[in-house]
Amino acid sequence: MSRIEPSDVARVATLARLALSQDEIAAMTRDLEQMLDYVAALDRLDTQDVEPTAHSFELPTPLRPDRAVPPLDPEIALGNAPEREGTAFLVPKVLEEGG
Amino acid sequence: MQDHTDLSWEWVIGLEVHTHLKTESKLFSPAPVVYGAEPNHAVHPIDLALPGVLPVLNERVVELAIRLGLAIHGTVNPVSVFARKNYFYPDLPKGYQISQFEDPIVSDGWLEIEPEVRGQAKKKAAAGGGGRRRIGITRAHIEEDAGKSIHDVAIAGREDSCIDLNRAGVPLLEIVSEPDMRTAAEASAYLRALRSILRYIGVSDADMEKGQFRCDANVSVRPRGSRELGTRTEIKNLNSFVHVEEAIEAEARRQIELIEDGGTVVQATMGFDPVRRRTSVQRLKENSDDYRYFPDPDLIPLRIEADRIEAVRASLPELPDEKRSRFGSEYGLSDYDAGVLTANRELAAFFEETAKACGSPKAAANWLTRDLLRELRERDVELEETSLTPAILASLIRLVEDGRLTARSAAELFPDLVSDGGDPEVLMRERGLEAVSDAGAIDGLVDQVVEAHPDVVQQIREGDDKPLNFLMGKVMQASRGKAVPAQVRKTLIARIRS
Amino acid sequence: MAKADSLLAGDLSDLRGALDRRDCSAVELVQASLDAMDARADLAAIVFRRDEAALTEAEAADERIASGKPASPLDGLPVVLKDNIVQAGEPATCASRILEGYVSPFDSGVVERLQRAGAIVVGRANLDEFAMGSSTENSIHGPSRNPWDPERACGGSSGGSAAAVAAGLVPLAFGSDTGGSIRQPASFCGVVGFKPTYGRVSRWGLVAYASSLDQIGPFARRVADCALALEAVGGHDDRDSTSLPEVVPPLRSRLDGDVSGLVVGLPKEYFAPEGAQPGVLARVREAIGVLEGEGVRFVEISLPHTAYTIATYYIIATAEASSNLARFDGVRYGRRAEHPKDLLDLYERSRSEGFGAEVKRRILLGTYVLSAGYYDAYYVKAQKVRTLIRRDFEAAFGECDAILTPTTPETAFALGAKAGDPLSMYLSDVYTVSANLAGLPALSVPCGFVDGMPVGLQLLGKPLDEATILRIGDAFERRTDHHRQSPPGPPGSPGTD
Repeated sequence: MSRIEPSDVARVATLARLALSQDEIAAMTRDLEQMLDYVAALDRLDTQDVEPTAHSFELPTPLRPDRAVPPLDPEIALGNAPEREGTAFLVPKVLEEGG
Repeated sequence: MQDHTDLSWEWVIGLEVHTHLKTESKLFSPAPVVYGAEPNHAVHPIDLALPGVLPVLNERVVELAIRLGLAIHGTVNPVSVFARKNYFYPDLPKGYQISQFEDPIVSDGWLEIEPEVRGQAKKKAAAGGGGRRRIGITRAHIEEDAGKSIHDVAIAGREDSCIDLNRAGVPLLEIVSEPDMRTAAEASAYLRALRSILRYIGVSDADMEKGQFRCDANVSVRPRGSRELGTRTEIKNLNSFVHVEEAIEAEARRQIELIEDGGTVVQATMGFDPVRRRTSVQRLKENSDDYRYFPDPDLIPLRIEADRIEAVRASLPELPDEKRSRFGSEYGLSDYDAGVLTANRELAAFFEETAKACGSPKAAANWLTRDLLRELRERDVELEETSLTPAILASLIRLVEDGRLTARSAAELFPDLVSDGGDPEVLMRERGLEAVSDAGAIDGLVDQVVEAHPDVVQQIREGDDKPLNFLMGKVMQASRGKAVPAQVRKTLIARIRS
Repeated sequence: MAKADSLLAGDLSDLRGALDRRDCSAVELVQASLDAMDARADLAAIVFRRDEAALTEAEAADERIASGKPASPLDGLPVVLKDNIVQAGEPATCASRILEGYVSPFDSGVVERLQRAGAIVVGRANLDEFAMGSSTENSIHGPSRNPWDPERACGGSSGGSAAAVAAGLVPLAFGSDTGGSIRQPASFCGVVGFKPTYGRVSRWGLVAYASSLDQIGPFARRVADCALALEAVGGHDDRDSTSLPEVVPPLRSRLDGDVSGLVVGLPKEYFAPEGAQPGVLARVREAIGVLEGEGVRFVEISLPHTAYTIATYYIIATAEASSNLARFDGVRYGRRAEHPKDLLDLYERSRSEGFGAEVKRRILLGTYVLSAGYYDAYYVKAQKVRTLIRRDFEAAFGECDAILTPTTPETAFALGAKAGDPLSMYLSDVYTVSANLAGLPALSVPCGFVDGMPVGLQLLGKPLDEATILRIGDAFERRTDHHRQSPPGPPGSPGTD
C-alpha cells in the first residue's frame, strides 16, 4: 500500500507550481493514494532484465541542417504576452539565478 | 595566491564550463544565433515554447560535440540521450531545459595544462622541463542555453524583470572536469587550455565577454594527505580568468577558516563579489532541488555511427599537444617555444611556413615568440591584423643569416614590417642598413677604436678579456649597428693580438 | 441548400461526386455545415467557428473545382479540428482557462496538409482539457453531449470531433488519441475513429499531452473516408523528431471488400465476461460472425500483460504531461493571475486558476512519479512494463494479421456519472491504451447498438500496417448498415425519428 501524506502532495504541488487549498490537498491526497495503490500492481512483475521503452519503435535520430530561418516578427512573438515592456516579456522581479 | 606556507590543507577544484557552440542556428530551433540583438528579435515559436512546437536537433551541434570529444581524448558515446531538467524560471520557456543527464555524448577525456608558474617555481619548472599536468574531463554534454532576465527596470513604480529569449535555445556544451586541480592557478590554466582547444578546433569562439564561455567552480578543502573529499560548494557564473582565480582563492580560504574555527562547510551555491574579493552563500542546496530528469519523449536517442566519428576525426586539425611534440622533434624547438607557437592555430601555421621558407626554424621561432608576440601585445592586435607574412619574415631572417643585415638592424626594421609589410631587402637598401662586412671598412673602424682606447687594449693584452665587449660596442656604434658583429670581433682580436 | 444539408450526412465520396458534378458548391456545403452547427449548438461540440474565412476559402475551392482542377479529393470539403491542433490566427484553448485568448501564430502540420488538399476548416471542436479525460466534460466550454442521447457523454477526449461527425455537422473531423481519445468517443457516438501508427501523422502543432503516446487521427462516417484522411495528412514531417520516415502507402485502393484468408486474433483478456457489458460483447461477437462469413479466420490469442496497461499508461502519460504542461506559466502567453505579489505567486496562481481539477490531478501524479526517490519505482518500472506490453503484441502478430476487440467496455455513460471517480474514468480506457503504449494503428468501427446507444469494435494492426485494419473495417461496413444509422435531430426539430 502506498502511504501518501498531505505533506507529500504539498511538496509535489510546490514542484509543479500549483497552489492548492487545504481541501484540494485533502482531495488530491485521496486521489493520488488511490492511483498509487492501483499502479502498485506493476510491482508484481519481474522486470529485472527488461529494457525500458521510451518510444514504440527505434527510429533513426532525426537531424536538422544548421540553417537559420528569419526570426519571428517581435510583434508576433509578443502577440500573446500578458504583460510586456518594449519587446520584452514582463514578470515580477526575478530574485535568484535559476538552476 | 595560494599560501604555500600553509601545508596543512589541500584544495580540491573541479570546473564546469558552459561554452556556446559555433552554429548558425539554435540547438533545437532554426532561429538564428545572434549577439546583441533587441529583446526577442531572434526567436522562433520553438524558443517561446508556444503550444504545439517540437524540437529537432541541429546536426552541426553533433559534429562540434564529436570534435571536442576527440580533441580531449574522450569517448564519443554511440548512444546518448536527451533528458528534460524540469524547473520553473521565467527565462526557461518550456519549464524544462533539454540537456543530457545519464548518457552524455562525450565521457572520459583529459587535457594537459601548464600552470603559469611564478618566481622560484618558474625556474624549477623550466629546469625540470615543465610542470605539465593531466586534468581529467568527466563528461561533456549538449544542452540548450536559457534566455536572459534583465533586472532593475523600474516600471510604473514597481520593480519588474524583463525577459529576453534571444539566447534561449543557443547550443551549449557543458564540459565537466574531474576534481583534479589543486591551485587556483591550475584552474585558470585548465580554462585557458580548454578555451584554446575550443577555438583551435572551431567548436566555439569562447568569448567570455559575450557570455560564450562561462565557468562554475566546485571547491572543497581537505587535510593534506587525506583521500576523502570535503564538502564542496559551487561558485556560479565566473566570467573572467581573474575572477575564477580570485573566487577560488577566496572560497578555499573561507572554507579553511570556517573549519579551523570549528565550523563545517555546507553544500551551497556561492556568489563571488569581485570588488570585495569575497564569496558568500547565495542559495543552500536543498532537497527541493528536484529536477525530475527523464528522457525527452519528443526526441529520439542520439545514435552516432562509427563512420561519422571517423569522418570528424579526419577533418580535425592537428591538435595543440600533437603539434607541440612534433615541433619539438621536427624543428628541434624547446618545449617552451613549441608550447607558445602551438597555443594558437594561426601562429603555428605562420611559424611552419616561415621555417620552411627560410630554412631556419630556430630563428623563425625566436622572431615569433619574442619579437612578434611583443609587438602584438603592445599594439593589442591579432596576428591576422598585421601586415607581416611568412614570406616577409623568412626574407628578413635570410638577410640576417646571410650576414647582409645585422640582428640589430633587423630588429629596427621589424616593427615597420609588422605595420606595413614590404620587402625587407628593399627596405634595408632604402634605409642604408646593409651590413658592413667589407674588410677594409671594418679594419678602418677597428683601427679608430683601438687607437682611441690604448689603455683598454693594454689591459686585454695583459690577459684580461673582459673589456673586449666594450671595444666591440664602440666599433658597432661607429658602424651605426651595421657592422657584422662576428667579423668585428675577429678583426678586433686580430688587431689587438698583432 | 437542402441538397447540401442532406449531403453532409453522407460520406466523402458522395460529397466529392456532388461537388464535381456541381450538384452543390463548396460554399453551399460550408454554409450548410455552419447552419448545422447553429442548429446543434445544444451539443456543445464546436467551440470556435471560422464562418467568414471558411466561406472565402470555399469560394476559392469552387473556382478550382469549376476549372476542373480540384486540389485533392478533399477540395472544398468542410472539416473540424479538435481545439488542441493549432491553426495560424485561430484560438487553441485546449478547453483550458489557461489558454483563454491565446491565438496561434503558426499552423500545425495537419492544417498545412489539409489546406494544401483544399479542405476547409470550419471550426474547432470541444475536448477534455488538454485531452485529459474520457467524456469531454472537463472543458471550460461546458460538456459536449452525445447526439444519440444528450444526457449521455460523447466520450473523450476528442468528444466534440466525434459528436460533430455523428450529428452531421461535418463529414470529417480530426482529433488526437493518447490512450483512446479518438476511438472511445467514436465508439460512443457511432462513427469511425482511426488512430494511425505512432509517428504517422505529424505532431507539429498538436498541443502535447503525452508526447510518446499522442497521435492525430480522423473521425468519419466511413472507413474509406478515414483512409482518405490519412492519405491526405499522413507522412513524414521534418519538424517532428518522432515522425516516421516511411511514406504512407495508397490505402483506399486496397479497400476491395476481400478479407478472405486474413487471420484475426481475439485476445482472451479482452473478452472476459466480467470485463464488459454483455450487450457490448454480444454486438462484437455478431460482428465476428459477419467477418467469418467473409472468410476471415479468427484465432484466440493472449496478451498476458493486459491487466497492467492502465497502470503503465497513467504513469507514463502523467509524467510526460507534468513536464509538457510546465510551459503554461503565464509569462509569455495565456492567462496570467491578476496582481501577482511576486514571481512564485504569479506561477502558482496562474496555473492553479488556469488548470481544471483533472489536469491538476494528472500533473501532481506525474510530478510525483518523476520526483526524487520515486523515478525508478514508477517511471522506469512503467517503461519496462511498456516493453512487456509491446512484446505481447509482437508475439501475437506472429499468429495473426490483426486483432479485434471491443473498443470500450460499455456504451456511453450518463453525463456526470464518473465525475467524482477518477479511477473508474481511467478504467474505461482499458481496451484502447495498449495501442498507444505499443504505437499500433487502431480503428473503431460502429457495430450495432445496445439500448439505442452505439457500440464500436476495435481493430488493432501491426505497426505501419494501417491498410489491413482499414480493409477489414471497410469489408465489415460493406456487409452491415450500422454506419448508415443517424442520431435524432436537434430537440424540437420536425421529422426526427
